[in-house]
Amino acid sequence: MKLSDEQRALQETAADFLAAHTNARKETDADAELWSRIVELGWAAVQVPEDLDGLGLGPVELVLLMEEMGRRLARTPFLANVVLAQTALLQAASAEAQQRALTALAYGERTATLILGPGLDAEPASLTVKARRDGDGWVLAGEAAQVLDDGLLTHAYVAARIEEAPGVALFELAVDAAGLSRTPLEVWDLTRPQARWCFDEVRLTADARVDDPARVLAGLARTRVLAALQLAAEQVGGAAQCLQLAVDYTKERVQFGKPVASFQAVKHRVAEMMVRMETARSTVLGVASRVAQGAQGSGLDDAALAAEIAAARVQASEAYRYCAQEAIQLHGGVGFTWEYDPQMHFKRAQWASQWFGPTRDWREALAAHLLDAA
Amino acid sequence: MSMNEQEFRQEVADWMATHLVGRFACLKHRGGPGDEEAFPALRKEWEQELAAGGWVGLGWPKAHGGRDLPLALQLAFHEEYVRAGGPGRIGHIGETLMAPTLIALGTPEQQRRFLPGIREGREYWAQGYSEPGAGSDLAAITTRCWPGEDGRWRLQGQKVWTSLAHESEWIFVVARSTPGSVGREGLSFLLVPLDQPGIEIHPIRQMTGEAEFNSVFFDGAVTEADCIVGKPGEGWKVAMALLGFERGVSTLGQQMHFIHELQLVIDVARANGAARDPAIRQRIADAWVGLQGLRYNGLRMLEEDTGSTKVRPEALIYKYAWSNWHRELGQLAMDVIGVAGDVRSDDDAVRRLQQVFFFSRADTIYAGTNEIQLNIIAERGLGMPRG
Ligand SMILES: Cc1cc2nc3c(=O)[nH]c(=O)nc-3n(C[C@H](O)[C@H](O)[C@H](O)COP(=O)(O)OP(=O)(O)OC[C@H]3O[C@@H](n4cnc5c(N)ncnc54)[C@H](O)[C@@H]3O)c2cc1C
Repeated sequence: MKLSDEQRALQETAADFLAAHTNARKETDADAELWSRIVELGWAAVQVPEDLDGLGLGPVELVLLMEEMGRRLARTPFLANVVLAQTALLQAASAEAQQRALTALAYGERTATLILGPGLDAEPASLTVKARRDGDGWVLAGEAAQVLDDGLLTHAYVAARIEEAPGVALFELAVDAAGLSRTPLEVWDLTRPQARWCFDEVRLTADARVDDPARVLAGLARTRVLAALQLAAEQVGGAAQCLQLAVDYTKERVQFGKPVASFQAVKHRVAEMMVRMETARSTVLGVASRVAQGAQGSGLDDAALAAEIAAARVQASEAYRYCAQEAIQLHGGVGFTWEYDPQMHFKRAQWASQWFGPTRDWREALAAHLLDAA
Repeated sequence: MSMNEQEFRQEVADWMATHLVGRFACLKHRGGPGDEEAFPALRKEWEQELAAGGWVGLGWPKAHGGRDLPLALQLAFHEEYVRAGGPGRIGHIGETLMAPTLIALGTPEQQRRFLPGIREGREYWAQGYSEPGAGSDLAAITTRCWPGEDGRWRLQGQKVWTSLAHESEWIFVVARSTPGSVGREGLSFLLVPLDQPGIEIHPIRQMTGEAEFNSVFFDGAVTEADCIVGKPGEGWKVAMALLGFERGVSTLGQQMHFIHELQLVIDVARANGAARDPAIRQRIADAWVGLQGLRYNGLRMLEEDTGSTKVRPEALIYKYAWSNWHRELGQLAMDVIGVAGDVRSDDDAVRRLQQVFFFSRADTIYAGTNEIQLNIIAERGLGMPRG
């Protein structure tokens, strides 16, 4: 899990670039500019295979990027486009669909999101969009209540339940498809915009179905798990920033004639934040490098992969919520204001703790793995 | 995983399977923290068996009789050792604290004199740091030492909480050599033979009912002139270097036992039905999650450049993280066992978990208490001002 020189360089570039171009507090018209610069930097091409003109890198590089984006609360389609849509294509789509879409997604010619069940649940039973055959083509109907949609999207990949023959398929559609309506939602976390998508008999041609039927179910489940690892990296970045904010603030703030940071009760709280954040960071990095090795064929089966990622997921969710809460407390009164950043992290931390399933669910899945096997 | 590692693991497993048998069979999974009273004499013979097999000092440089194995293989050894039920290592203070300190800071003569005894399981070591008035505030040490006319050092004073002194041949002692000095100045780091008229060792009974640690009284005890590590008066530096080993790598081997302990909890939960309790399920899952955190944090810590002088966050948080995890595992184990836990159990697995429950209360105290760890993390890791 030791980083290579190239990985370190990527990490440093990302840290510097994002520190300079944070958009979390800017008007949303800054988002398109940030996104196009991110695409120019090649970050959207990281996990796209080299034969599709991508960089052919893997989960470790993505983790490094996600951590820095989490730190700065960057408002971009990166999660939707790279972590979700691309991963779904890589894990569940036919070779033909991959060729058609991945290069475009890597170079910003397209920007996509992924629609699964609520909170990005990949269980077939939770999918709320249904697909019906219509001659050669398909009709999508239903509603996705909360879709990651920041307005910059051109496409979506929709996992839908097939009505006639029970099963799941993945469809590609453009956001201007007839019958599709998108209503932006009033979210608490303004850095993670969402919209409600209604599919009112959206007609698609046969080639809009992009999955490889043999691997779509396992592939979507794996997409959710791999994306949860990336979200964990983002959470670690957010937790790290909360810690930094708390340290910086308490060192400056003077009460009783001393910096607040010199009081042991305060020191112990920031130290505890560091313990939780660094533990989560170690796990995220360690698991990512295991996944990267697994990609080279040393075998990490789906159950083992899910268990490892569950560890990262649980630690990161808990660490971020804890650090965001502590950052507010250690800022005192200003910690409760709109002006100071802890509240933004608090909201992101809460958001992130629910998507891909709450920690309770990951723990229960692990418990089943540990306790219920024959 | 390289083929190399696979082969190495197999080699360890095979060796354990052919050696941890016969008279050693009763040592399986015995003798860990909280169980040090189990078969001490036999465990020393086991240490010699291990040494003869070439399994001691795996990470030491070859020049010092080690095997200079890369970290991955050292870890693999510990994992296979525990998997095979390898007993708690009675020689760990020597192997993982004294030896690295001597390799880093000892003279060539000291290295030649002491390392073979440690590696071959002939000489055991105790750690003489704490005193009744100097625990967290280690620099408050009052045990005195001075060079006699014959050049040999003399010692006067009392050490306390000295683990395994009653099983050891040697003790390393931090003592005040400059009369009137205070704090970190004027301390010396001495290597002292325990079996001599000037030393008395009194066991202290612990909450587990056992006596793994002792009071050690020095009343004119002596040691040779060349048994000082570092210069007289500069013992603090040596003492701190050793603590670095104590808080870092040395516990990694011990932690492999954690995997085994968690498995015991799982086995008990499955056997007695606790595995159906949703709250217990969440906590067992959480324990597993925490274990991955320790594991990956340990790997990160050890895989980084050891040459780097930067304060490494993963190393700073490690002791605090593992000791708290272990303490919680102890509580979880007892909650899983339920009311039967009130009775000293005959069942090996339950008995072991009872020991974990009680002994893990010490994990957050020795090698720097939780509070001291948090101070260190805040001040060194986060640059918070001293109070
Ligand atoms: C099982 C076991 C084995 C041990 N083995 C050895 C051994 O082999 N050799 C050896 O030398 N020692 C050994 N020790 C001793 C151990 O290192 C000390 O107990 C430890 O350093 C704490 O010191 P103390 O007991 O004097 O507690 P104290 O220092 O008296 O602490 C009492 C309480 O005050 C808190 N406290 C103290 N200072 C501060 C501060 N500045 N800020 C906030 N809180 C503070 C502590 O955290 C603790 O909660 C062992 C201890 C145990 C329990």
